[in-house]
Amino acid sequence: MNRVSDPVPVIEVSELTKRYGDPQSGLLAVDHISFQVQRGEVFGFLGPNGAGKTTTIRLLTGLSRPTDGQARVLGLDLAHDLTRIKKRIGVVPEASNLYNELSAFDNLVFSMRLYGVPWGERAPRADELLTRFRLADKRDAPFAQLSRGMKRALTVAAALAHRPALLFLDEPTTGLDVVNARGLRHMIAGLRDEGVTVFLTTHYLEEAERLCDRIALIVRGRIVALDTVDGLKAQVQGASAVKVTLQSGAGGSQVRRIVGQNIASLIREALAQAEAEGQRVLSVDTVQPSLEDVFVQLTGLSAEVMQVEKGGKGK
Amino acid sequence: MLADDLRGMWYIMLKDLNAYYFKPPNISWGILFPLAFVLAFAIRDPGNLGGLVPGLMALTLLFGASSMEAIVITFERRIGALERLLLAPVRLPALLAGKILGGVVFGLATTLVVLILALILFGLGGINWPLLLLAMVLSATAFSAVGALVSVAVREVFEAQTLANAIRFPMMFLGGVFVPVASLPVGLRVVARALPLTYAVEALGAAMTGGSWVTATFDLLALAAFTAVFFGLATWTLARRLA
Repeated sequence: MNRVSDPVPVIEVSELTKRYGDPQSGLLAVDHISFQVQRGEVFGFLGPNGAGKTTTIRLLTGLSRPTDGQARVLGLDLAHDLTRIKKRIGVVPEASNLYNELSAFDNLVFSMRLYGVPWGERAPRADELLTRFRLADKRDAPFAQLSRGMKRALTVAAALAHRPALLFLDEPTTGLDVVNARGLRHMIAGLRDEGVTVFLTTHYLEEAERLCDRIALIVRGRIVALDTVDGLKAQVQGASAVKVTLQSGAGGSQVRRIVGQNIASLIREALAQAEAEGQRVLSVDTVQPSLEDVFVQLTGLSAEVMQVEKGGKGK
Repeated sequence: MLADDLRGMWYIMLKDLNAYYFKPPNISWGILFPLAFVLAFAIRDPGNLGGLVPGLMALTLLFGASSMEAIVITFERRIGALERLLLAPVRLPALLAGKILGGVVFGLATTLVVLILALILFGLGGINWPLLLLAMVLSATAFSAVGALVSVAVREVFEAQTLANAIRFPMMFLGGVFVPVASLPVGLRVVARALPLTYAVEALGAAMTGGSWVTATFDLLALAAFTAVFFGLATWTLARRLA
C-alpha cells in the first residue's frame, strides 16, 4: 500500500449537494456529503444503482455544477480552477466512449493532444500504453471493431495517457466478463503502486473489498459509512455470521448468510427457516462478517440490490 | 488557459475532419447536391450560367459547412464522446469553435472544387480575390455556426437533420441564389434580409464581378454579426443543456 500522509488531500469535499430540477423540490441526487481522499489511495464509492455515485464523479470533474457545498481537487478550488484541475485528472466513464472512427493509436494520440502532451512524447506513450494494456496488435484497428473488454481497456489507457495524478473510474468492470474484469482490477491495483490516486465507484462489494484502501458507503445520496474495510467490519464487531448451505434443485447448492449477535440463535433461526421452506441443510458454518454483511447492517438494504440492479456479473 | 483553448480548438477541428468530414459520401453530398440544383435551373435558363456561380458557391458553402456540423455534436452527445471533450482542459466556447472550424474547412474545400470548375467552364475574369476569400470564409463560418446551433438545440440526430433542412431549404429559395432578392415581393424581401445566405450571395457576387470592398462591406459585416449571434446562442444553449 502506497498511501502517503499529505497535509493537502487530493480530494476535499464539504457538504456537496446536487439537486436536479426544481431547487427546492427536485430530485436530491447527492445530499450534503463530506469526505477527503488522500494522495496515493484507492478510494471506493460503494452503493447501489441510483445512489449518487456517478453524480458525485460528475460534480468532481466539472461535468455538473453542485447545488450547494464546496470541493477542492488536487488542492485547487473546483469552482474557480476547473481548467487547471482538468489538466491533472483522468476520467473513465461508465460507458467506453472513445471515437469509433479512429484507431486505437489515434484515439490515444488525440487524448494526449487535448491535454498538451508534447509532440515527441505522444507516439512512444501511445505505444507504451497499447503494450501495457495488451492492445499492441490492435494499434491500427478502429475503436468500433474492438471487443467490449478491449474498448474498456483502451478507455482506461486514454484516461491515463497524459499521466494524471488522480484517476476517476466509474463502474470500471460493469458489463465485463470474468477474465477482463480480473485484468482490469489487476491494472487498478498497479496504479496504486505507481502512486496514482484512484477514485472508484462500484456496486460490486467484492471489488471494493479487494481494491480499496477506504470505502464510503453511499445510499440515496448520503454517505452512511466511511472507513477502511477492516474499520467498516469493526463497526459491526460483536456481530456473528452464519453461512448455511442448502440443497437446491438439480443437485446444486445454495448459500444463505445470516448476521446477528448470538451464534446459537442464528443457527436455530437458520435451521427453522430451512425446515419451514422444506429445504435440506447440507452444512452450517460460523464465519467472520464480510463487507456484504457490513453493507446489509449499515444500509438496511439487501446485498442483492447491489447485484441485481445493474445486471452485471463482474466477479 | 488561452493556449489550452487554442490547442483544443485546433485538434478538435482536425479530429472532426478526420473522423467525420472527409469521407466519400460526405464529399459527394457536399458538391453534387448544390450542382444538381443549379443544373436544374441552368436547363431552364441556359443563357445565364455564369451569373449563377456566386449562388452556386454560396449554396455549396451552406451545405458543406452546415450538413455535418448540424449532426456531429448531437451524434457525439448521444454516444457519450462529447463528454471526452468536456472533460478536457478546453473551455466550452473553444470546444464549440473547434467544432465550427471543422465545418468551415470542409465548406471551403468543397466550394473550392466548385470555384475551380466555374473558372474552367466560364473563365470568369475580374475577380476581387481578397474579397472573394474573405466572403467565402465569413459565409462558411456563419453557415457552420447555424449548423452548430441546430446541433445543440435538439436531442436526436434525425431531429437535427429535419431542423437543418427546415432552415436551409427556405433560405435556398429566398436568399437570392436563383431569383434576385430585388425581384421578390416586398414581404419576402424583408424575410430575405434576415437570412445569412442573402448576404453571402451578395458578397460573393460583388467579389466575382470585380466589385469594390465598399459594395460588400455591409454584407461582410452582416455575415460576421450572424456568426456572433449563432455562436453565442449555440454556446449558451449547450451550456444550459449540460448543466
